[in-house]
Amino acid sequence: MAEIRVQNVHKFYDRVHAVRDVSLTVADREFLVLLGPSGCGKTTLLRCIAGLERVDAGSIRIGDRDVTELPPRRRRIAMVFQSYAVFPHMTVFENIAFGLRMQKRPAAEVRRRVQEAAELLHIENLLERHPAAASGGQRQRIAVARAIAVGPEVLLMDEPLSNLDALLRLEMRAELKRLLSELKTTTVYVTHDQVEALSMGDRIAVMRDGVIVQDDRPLAIYDRPVDRFVGGFIGNPPMNFLDAEVERTDGRLRVRLPGGTVELAAPADGGLGADAPPGRLILGVRAENLELARQSRPDAVEGEVLVVEPLGSHNLLTVAVGEERIKAVTRADETATPGEHVWMVLPPEKLWWLDRETGRALAAEPPAAPA
Amino acid sequence: MKALASTALPHAPAAATLALPARRRPPRSALLARAGLYLLAVLFALWVLVPIWLIAVAGFSTRADVYDFPKPLLPRSVSTDTMAFFVGSSGVLGALRNSIIVALVTVGLATVIGAPAGYAIARWVFRGREAFRLLVLSTRAFPIVILSIPLAVAFLQLGIYDSIWAVALMHTALALPFAILITASVFVSVPVDLEEAAMTMGCSRLDAFRRVSLPLALPGLAAAAIFTFVLSWNEVFAAVILTLRERTLPALVLTVLNESPLPFRFAGAFFMLAPSFVFIFVIRRYLFGLWGRVLR
Repeated sequence: MAEIRVQNVHKFYDRVHAVRDVSLTVADREFLVLLGPSGCGKTTLLRCIAGLERVDAGSIRIGDRDVTELPPRRRRIAMVFQSYAVFPHMTVFENIAFGLRMQKRPAAEVRRRVQEAAELLHIENLLERHPAAASGGQRQRIAVARAIAVGPEVLLMDEPLSNLDALLRLEMRAELKRLLSELKTTTVYVTHDQVEALSMGDRIAVMRDGVIVQDDRPLAIYDRPVDRFVGGFIGNPPMNFLDAEVERTDGRLRVRLPGGTVELAAPADGGLGADAPPGRLILGVRAENLELARQSRPDAVEGEVLVVEPLGSHNLLTVAVGEERIKAVTRADETATPGEHVWMVLPPEKLWWLDRETGRALAAEPPAAPA
Repeated sequence: MKALASTALPHAPAAATLALPARRRPPRSALLARAGLYLLAVLFALWVLVPIWLIAVAGFSTRADVYDFPKPLLPRSVSTDTMAFFVGSSGVLGALRNSIIVALVTVGLATVIGAPAGYAIARWVFRGREAFRLLVLSTRAFPIVILSIPLAVAFLQLGIYDSIWAVALMHTALALPFAILITASVFVSVPVDLEEAAMTMGCSRLDAFRRVSLPLALPGLAAAAIFTFVLSWNEVFAAVILTLRERTLPALVLTVLNESPLPFRFAGAFFMLAPSFVFIFVIRRYLFGLWGRVLR
């Protein structure tokens, strides 16, 4: 059993408050992704869990042990570095065996476990070589094999795929996901790539400015971002946001948007319950939830198509709505031409409402309480 | 990297055809400039190599041939006669022994003091790091002669004047800036990640240094050590001022140069040159080989 329990951790670099009062629990065997833009403190938090950085306040527990003051070597963790950090002066075999040798395991066991780890990552044929003779993708595999060979309680990964080229990254992503679901090791995975986070994680903790702003299952974060930042950071294209003024008239909602006014059946969902105060809000809607109409409809907002990007599986439209620009996804066979007037149908069940003052979702729970 | 090459493959033919028109004959002025550059390079090389060659030829000919003038470009006779004469001259063996001991002590001290300092500069950002870096160099800002006189006085008071230890201490002081800066750059080239990775796999900080950083830094440290050795081997001013009887080889050669015969001078010169050659030929190749592997 190795649950990670991070409690009220603070970390300063000189005067920079890199991690601010972060509390986080990773369940045993869970795959948690720490996601955020560069400089948000996600790597620092990971290094604190690894013991490579000392926390300035708070505590970290792994399993039933308080590891806050323990050096990395006593935490029963393994880490995969962004740079892979394979030892150039050792053969691939010795690289993978390094942790086992430090644990003074008998030679036969070392050989067996190195072989197992190498087979899991399909690098058995490299064992006698030096890392200099391996490609970037192979070095990545060596680094992962080296980490899992010791049978750690907790596996920490710091942007392990970011140095691979796009094709290889796609391949490794799926393979890592398979591998980690087989191993069932508690994993914390740091990335700035929201696609990686959505596709791999059991759970995502989104960080910004040293704080975890949302901590939830991937699709929950995708559909119900806690604020404008998360909605804009996750998803490609990001969530569309439009300033909206909402009025209630006998069971219907009149929503004034930059491109005109639409009428929706009340309650238009996404936190706008019957008791929610109307007024100045932000309307959030995902590009793929907008539907294209050729004629005026009361539940659609008028706009002008600016750009059409055919992407094979679908088309990506940039549409001017009043002064704003929004993205819409249409089927590949549903074409539009730039300059064309269209109506974007707002699906009431897929709308998401945010407070214009705070930028926070109306349905968001108060901060620091994980969903 | 191999994977990169495979994905880049479809574009490769296009790039090749694009590059073709650019392969025109370079203009005449560019050719002339290049020829001039090579000519200069050859001249500089000859400027350095010809005296070395003449010294080597003279050092390994018979004693009679050494007096020939003009000097032959090819050795007329190869013999260890001249060398034997030099080594057999009074005081030379003792000075040779002194030089070797001084150089080894200097290498030992400079490595033991310099490598940790270099490691600190490479690994930690501490207050005054840049100032320290400059300060280290400032010992070389003063002429050795000026430094040597107060040092001679201090050594007299300490009772170690005219001993190889005095010279070794002085040489250590002279070598330290290089030892520190070279080892610092060597340790910078060993990524911190490697040490950290070792630390997550059961190593203490010291273990990580011993098992990962040290082996990777070894060629660089060897280079620093040999550089220090050569520096001490060739240093003459401080050695002359700080010793009277316990001369090192260059100090001895310098003091007896005017009243010594030509074979002695040539053989002495060759002796002084030899360690530098070892440095240049053996270590340079070794360094490139190992650093190439680390940095890739």
